[in-house]
Amino acid sequence: MNIIVCIKQVPDTNEVKIDPKTGTLKREGIPTIMNPDDKHALIEAVKIRNKTKGKVTVLSMGPPQAEEALREALALGADEAILLCDRAFAGSDTWATANAIGAAIKAIGNYDLLLFGRQAIDGDTAQVGPQTAELLNVPQITYAQKIEVDGKKIKVERQMEEGYEVIESNVPCLITCMSELNETEYPSLNGIQEAYREKEVKVLSAEDVKADKSKIGLLSSPTSVKKSFTPPAKGQGQILKGSTKEVVGKIVSVLKEKELVGAF
Amino acid sequence: MVKVKIAINCPETQLNLGGIVLIKGNDFEDIPHIPEVQQAIDNGYLDVLKEEKKKEKKEKLEGEEVLVFAEQRNNKIARVVLELLGKAKELADKLNVKTVAILLTDKDNDLSKELISYGTDKVYLAESDLLKNYQTDLYTKVIADHIKETKPQVVLYGATHIGRDLAPRIAQRINTGLTADCTGLDITEDNLLLQTRPAFGGNIMAQIMCKKHRPQMSTVRPGVMKMEEPSEGKGEVVKITPDISEKDQLVKVLEIIKETKKKVNLEEAEIIVSGGRGLGNKEGFKLIEELAKLLKAEIGASRAVVDAGWVPKDHQVGQTGKTVRPKLYLAIGISGAIQHKAGMQTSDLIIAINKDSNAPIFEVADYGIVDDLFKVVPELIEGLKQ
Repeated sequence: MNIIVCIKQVPDTNEVKIDPKTGTLKREGIPTIMNPDDKHALIEAVKIRNKTKGKVTVLSMGPPQAEEALREALALGADEAILLCDRAFAGSDTWATANAIGAAIKAIGNYDLLLFGRQAIDGDTAQVGPQTAELLNVPQITYAQKIEVDGKKIKVERQMEEGYEVIESNVPCLITCMSELNETEYPSLNGIQEAYREKEVKVLSAEDVKADKSKIGLLSSPTSVKKSFTPPAKGQGQILKGSTKEVVGKIVSVLKEKELVGAF
Repeated sequence: MVKVKIAINCPETQLNLGGIVLIKGNDFEDIPHIPEVQQAIDNGYLDVLKEEKKKEKKEKLEGEEVLVFAEQRNNKIARVVLELLGKAKELADKLNVKTVAILLTDKDNDLSKELISYGTDKVYLAESDLLKNYQTDLYTKVIADHIKETKPQVVLYGATHIGRDLAPRIAQRINTGLTADCTGLDITEDNLLLQTRPAFGGNIMAQIMCKKHRPQMSTVRPGVMKMEEPSEGKGEVVKITPDISEKDQLVKVLEIIKETKKKVNLEEAEIIVSGGRGLGNKEGFKLIEELAKLLKAEIGASRAVVDAGWVPKDHQVGQTGKTVRPKLYLAIGISGAIQHKAGMQTSDLIIAINKDSNAPIFEVADYGIVDDLFKVVPELIEGLKQ
């Protein structure tokens, strides 16, 4: 089974700090990582390939430094890596990103499965997967928590709020993956050596993948950011002073006053 | 043209604005909106009559509606839809158009009546056995076709597992913009939809617009918009004939499994006791469980704790987890990364316990205790038992 996995390099939003003076985002020194859901998609792809033969191609759209994430993907067992990198893509919203990724997937061709992470931690939109599926006219299964491959048939558990659905599809299809699929893995020493010494990251431009210039980049994107701001803080509350016993006593009385406790 | 009158606090009884425009007395007058007039408005010499569109025109405009996807599961309308209808009505009133909903189901069973009682002017009802349960391909086709035909100017979806599967597929099919997980929606002066959403893990808020493509579409997180009280409505039901057949189904839903294990229901919890990295390890987190049991509360957690595997993901509160607004939110050993605060700061009462007095969680807490949680929480448990 030939699998294309789409990954994104993202800032580790757990580590983001706000400058207390200016109230703006401190961008320096924030580590970048492979988006967590994407990593689970990749690990799953490698597992499926190991069972069914075929190859795993990992694809990322981003600036030149996104190569790091692709090297990590190679170290985790991907066979080939492609970086879709071109100024023409800059500022794309999800619609335009799907057009770019879709063009790249068409250019790569010959795929059975397309695996995406459910969503990226910087934007949290979960939109590019379904949008790409529509563009390529293949079925989509989102929120996958379990994937079984049987010949050319795929059976997926799709997570819902109150349980899950079992969905069957023929290949090719596009699946967006959740962390429940598998355990996080770390690259082996061999894997890392191979990724850096033997394998290469192929860089493709908008022209290389025949992307329609009128459908990519900032100016073609239907949505635009009017402005961004740091969310206003709720008015500062009260810091309780005193011994542990005293402050706990105060809390208990507040809870009783508001009738949040009392049934004991 | 702009309708103005001389402001009460203006000493003049007549204003000569650049020789072309002369305004006298107390009556509202229509005058051309030229720079001199704007200047007089800015200086406070002129009052502008704010036109109440709704009062002026008794009939709402036809077409260009504000459409809500009325998600149903097992013939029950999702709660987020009712939340959305209140917001949709507010937007539609500003635009002077109708609030409408599209309902896909096998059988109406009074669902459209319920939608009308929450302020829907018109329910587009598509009934078919094929539409009993959600399926990406069929739902996309019916709704995309409907949008192409009726050309709504705004379409809203709940950001549920269904809405977030469906809306992007539709957006790509009809080539328009889609903004995910909005927390605020408003109409600008040029009658455009202003969509506010957290980005970058909730560290910043972004305002997004979709200026040239129609419709303007958003998904909205459950629990964010306030649900209005139902009332006797006067909406109509318009049946639409879905142009679908079995061959449109690209995938097959073999089973729908309801999980029997007790689901974590943070969104509807009245009290949430939430723990963070300050608890040290999985063992330390048991303190949260003990306190939660005592308060009959649900257990919440920060992303760090979920990533570390101390508790399952469905306990996660925050931008990538769940948005909650309980009556009481107890944050214990949680520093309060903005991504966490984004998911809980609208709780009625927030109490935070953290030994770091600079922890950002105190910025949103009503009561803060700066102390070692391993001293405070056992004391609190004792205090509550008495």
